[in-house]
Formats: sequence, structure tokens, C-alpha cells
Amino acid sequence: MTRAGFVIANLFRKRVRTVLTLLSVIMAFLLFGLLQSVNTIFSSGANFVGATRLFVQARVSFTSPLPVSMVPKLEAIPGVARVAYQQWFGGVWQTNTPLIMFALDPQRYRDVYPEWLMPDAQWQAFEHTRTGLIVGRQLADQYGWKIGQKIPISSNIWPQKNGSKAWVFDLVGIFDGKDEDWKKRTNLAFIQQDYFDEANQFGLKGRTNFFILKLADGANAESVSKTIDAMFENSPDETKTQTEKDFNISFVKQIGDIGLIVRWILFAVFFTLLLVVGNTMAQSVRERVPELAVLKTLGFSDGRVLGFVLAEAFALVLCGGLIGLALASLAGAMVEKGTGGQFLLALDGSVWLIGIVAIVLMSLAVGLLPALRARRLKIVDALAGR
Amino acid sequence: MSEPMVQVHNVTKVYERGKQKIEVLHGLTLDIPKGDFVALMGPSGSGKTTLLNLIGGLDKPTAGEITVGGKRIDQLGSGQLAHWRAHNVGFVFQFYNLMPVLSAEGNVELPLLLTKLSGAQRKKNVAVALEVVGLADRAKHKPRELSGGQEQRVAIARALVSDPQLLVCDEPTGDLDRKTADEILGLLQVLNREHGKTIVIVTHDPKAAEFARRTLHLEKGQLLEQAA
Repeated sequence: MTRAGFVIANLFRKRVRTVLTLLSVIMAFLLFGLLQSVNTIFSSGANFVGATRLFVQARVSFTSPLPVSMVPKLEAIPGVARVAYQQWFGGVWQTNTPLIMFALDPQRYRDVYPEWLMPDAQWQAFEHTRTGLIVGRQLADQYGWKIGQKIPISSNIWPQKNGSKAWVFDLVGIFDGKDEDWKKRTNLAFIQQDYFDEANQFGLKGRTNFFILKLADGANAESVSKTIDAMFENSPDETKTQTEKDFNISFVKQIGDIGLIVRWILFAVFFTLLLVVGNTMAQSVRERVPELAVLKTLGFSDGRVLGFVLAEAFALVLCGGLIGLALASLAGAMVEKGTGGQFLLALDGSVWLIGIVAIVLMSLAVGLLPALRARRLKIVDALAGR
Repeated sequence: MSEPMVQVHNVTKVYERGKQKIEVLHGLTLDIPKGDFVALMGPSGSGKTTLLNLIGGLDKPTAGEITVGGKRIDQLGSGQLAHWRAHNVGFVFQFYNLMPVLSAEGNVELPLLLTKLSGAQRKKNVAVALEVVGLADRAKHKPRELSGGQEQRVAIARALVSDPQLLVCDEPTGDLDRKTADEILGLLQVLNREHGKTIVIVTHDPKAAEFARRTLHLEKGQLLEQAA
């Protein structure tokens, strides 16, 4: 037997209680791992390194559309090779399955996104069919859509001129990604901007949610970004230019202050955990006061007894914490796959580091008071049951 | 048996219970020679267990001196006292006080975790201690799988394993039937006679006291008589 063996034996003296407590620690650190990776993504600063595309949206919000007439001005900026634009359609398949669906200019979009692979004939068909629809491979496979089908899709935002929100499109193409990474993102659907402009009831003609700029080789993304925002400063259509990744993040940030939400959730989770594990540890020490007194009788010093109790708390939280973080890694990878790589929730080193620090702090928080109580025990009183 | 193992000189012990002060021992003086087997008897509240706790270094006197094996233990700090107990004294309690999560051999090995012995050496010492108390075949059993007498034997093996010269036993047969109690007391007698251990037991049982070399009677915190 070793001291570690003694600690583990004590930990599992009430197996059901320990397993339940362990599960609560695992759940807490699973949540922590996932939410902290979300927080890391949302709190990271702008990074233009390696960017080949920029997104331009209205400075206030991407929900305020910008005029398509900005395209020539944008294309005139040195470093910009081609400009495409996209309008959020708010598509819904059947009753309540939301689709990531945009209206766009087919030719421009094809130029800006060479990563999408689709036969020329299908691109031509998309360009020349007013009610044309193209979808990614994932989406087509998921719903069993075939080229030539009429696909009824509602919009939760845009009614047609006749007042109906039910639109019908002709599926004219199915695109795939150029590699595994891009194949994961083929859960998108696109329709023609011209048709959308003419058919929607709100007459949103000539305006779009955002522009996508393909940069020329060797262009400095940060410099181009600053040039664009400076150009439209103090105009009716002030802009905010950012990289594709930052744009995706700001898209989700529309929900609210994600960082604050995450912090509050984590606070609630860990506060509850503190009470649960703290109570377990306190109860565990309370019910074996005579045993702790015997340890002291045998010659274990006050400090060693304190160490045993702290070690139990540490072992419990460490075990649960590491399992929780490992599960969060797995879940993050699954979320990443499930969203076609739109949300990169894989736990990076910083999340693991914060997790380890949280494990140490949590162990101290839940173990210190019971450990101090064990340390202060007077042998004679404890043996006499006082 | 002339060299003293335990010297208690003019010891007073006062407990504070809230605002009340209770003087349990009043200037008690006592010598126990090496190799002696002493039974402490007396009515409840007479100070027997208090005296035993002081001799075993579990508590400190309010006044007076206690010397065990030539060491003034009343002057030791808490950490020093713990270290002293680990190497010089073995304890046996009425209710055995074994660790329920450990096997018999795990319980006996516990005091050896405080030594620098290797795992193999610890195992050897544990096997010898269990052999001495006649429980070698029950080494892997948990306390709940043992009878009361067997549990007490494990507790005695635990008290012996670090080879202390002094054993203090608080009502070691108080929870056992007559036959088992006699077996345990016989075992203590063997340890005293054949292994030279100095033993001090507290008991209410005159039959248990008969196993000791001599019996001391306490009443109201004072030693009444010393019977041969």
C-alpha cells in the first residue's frame, strides 16, 4: 500500500456518492471546455495574417444592407481582385428546418470562391435560370435532392410580391468542396440575386448584406481593410471590413455579448460545483473524524492529515476535470464536423491550461476547509466523540 | 524491571468545558518500570483514560512532568509528539478503530508509511506482525469481514508493527465476550513476557486486570494504592 493508494481507497469508501460527485465534476468541466473554447474564439482579436478574402458589411450591423453600387468603387481599390455579394434569405425547409441560404450574383461568386467545385454546365444553368438554386453536396445528400427537382423553400424574412413566404426554386446544380475542409462546409444553398431583387415584396432592390472581396496576390489584407473603411467613413453607408473568420464570429455575436454570457454560465456552473463537491468533502471528513484521530494517534502529523484530505479533493477534481476536458475535446470535434467546419470548437492549449488552473483552484476551494478541520482535530476529543 | 519506562511526576490535568474547568488529575506521581504490565482501574471519571492519553503522548499535562523511555514528552510540540508516537508507542482501543477501507494488512502497514522502509520490507514486517497475533491467513480481509476478536488482533498487530517498547491499551477487551477477551489478554501477556513490551491497560474488568503484573487504582484523579 502507498499513500496514494490510501487516498484513493478513502475516496471510494462511498462509491455511489463519489461516482455521482465525479459525474458532476465531469459535466462541469465538459461545459467549461466547450464554453471556454467559444469564449476564446469570440474574444480573439482581428487577425489579417494569411487572409485571401475580406468581408465588407455596414458598420452598424450586417442586417443594414449596403448598395450594390459600391461594387465598382471596391473593385477599384488596389489589392482587390474581384467583388461578390450575398444577401441572407432566411430559408426554411419544410416546417422548421433552417437553411444557410443566400441570394448572390452567380458569376461573381464563382470567381471569388474557386474552392466550390461544380460542372460548368451547372454554373451556366444557375446563371441563366431566374429561379435557379444550387446547393452543397451535404445538403443535397441530407434531403435527397436531385438536379431538376422543384424545391419549395419558405423564407422567415422575405415574402414574395403576392404576400406568400413560400418560394419555389429549380435545383440546377450541386457543388462540392475542393478538399476535405471545404467538403465539410457544403451545407449551403444559393439563389440568384436578380430574381430575389425582383420577386421580394419589400423591394430591396440593389442592396445586399455584405460584400466578399477576393484579394489580389500579395495584397496586404489589413491595409486594404483600412482603405475601404476610410473611403466610406462619414458616408450614409459606413463600412466595417474584416476577415472571413472574424465575420463569421461577428455574425454569431449578433446574439449578444457571448463572452459575458459564457462567463456567467461558467460562474453558475462552478459555483454549483463548489457547493456539490465541497459538501461531499465536508461530509466525508465529518463522518470519519475518529479515523482521522487514529491517523494522528499512529503518528501522522497535523500537516500530513491535512495533506491526505487535500489530496482526496485534488484526486476527485483532477480525475473529473481531465475526463470532462477530454470529452469536451471530443464534443468540440463533433460540433466542428456537424457544422461543416463553421464553428471550430476544438480545445486549444490555452483552454487546457485554464482548465488545469481551474482544477487546482477548485481542489483548494473544496478541500481546504475540510482539510483544515481535519488538521485542527484534537485526538482526545475526536476519539471521545466530542 | 528496575529501569523506569514511564515516569509521571506531580502531573495535573485540567479540562476546560466552556467556562467550566474540570481538574481530572491532581498532582499524580507514578513510575512504571521497563517490561512491566500495569492495569489501571477505577470508577468512571477517575482519570484512567486521561492518564493513559498523557502516557501515550495523545495529550499534554496542564502541569507536571512525563518522561517516557528517557524523553520528556510533556515538553514536545505537536509535530514532535506525533513523530515520537510513531516510533515509541503502540495504541489499542476498545472499538479497534481500524480503517474500514483497508484490508487487515493495509491497516497494519499504515504506521509503516511514516518510515523509510521499502515496500518489500514493509510487507515483510506486516506479515510478521500478523503472524504474531495469529492472523496471517486473514491478511486480505477487510475489518467488516472479521470477528471482534480478530479485529482487535489486527489492531494489536498495527500497534506492534513499528516495534515500540510501550503499548497503551484503552479497554482492549471492553467490546469482547469473556473467551475472546481472555485470548486477547493472553496475547498481551505473551507480548509482555516473551517480547519484553511494557504494557499499560485501562480496564473496568477485574478479570482482565488479573492478566497484568500489577494493578493501580485511581479515584478522583489520584492514585489510591499499588497492589502487587
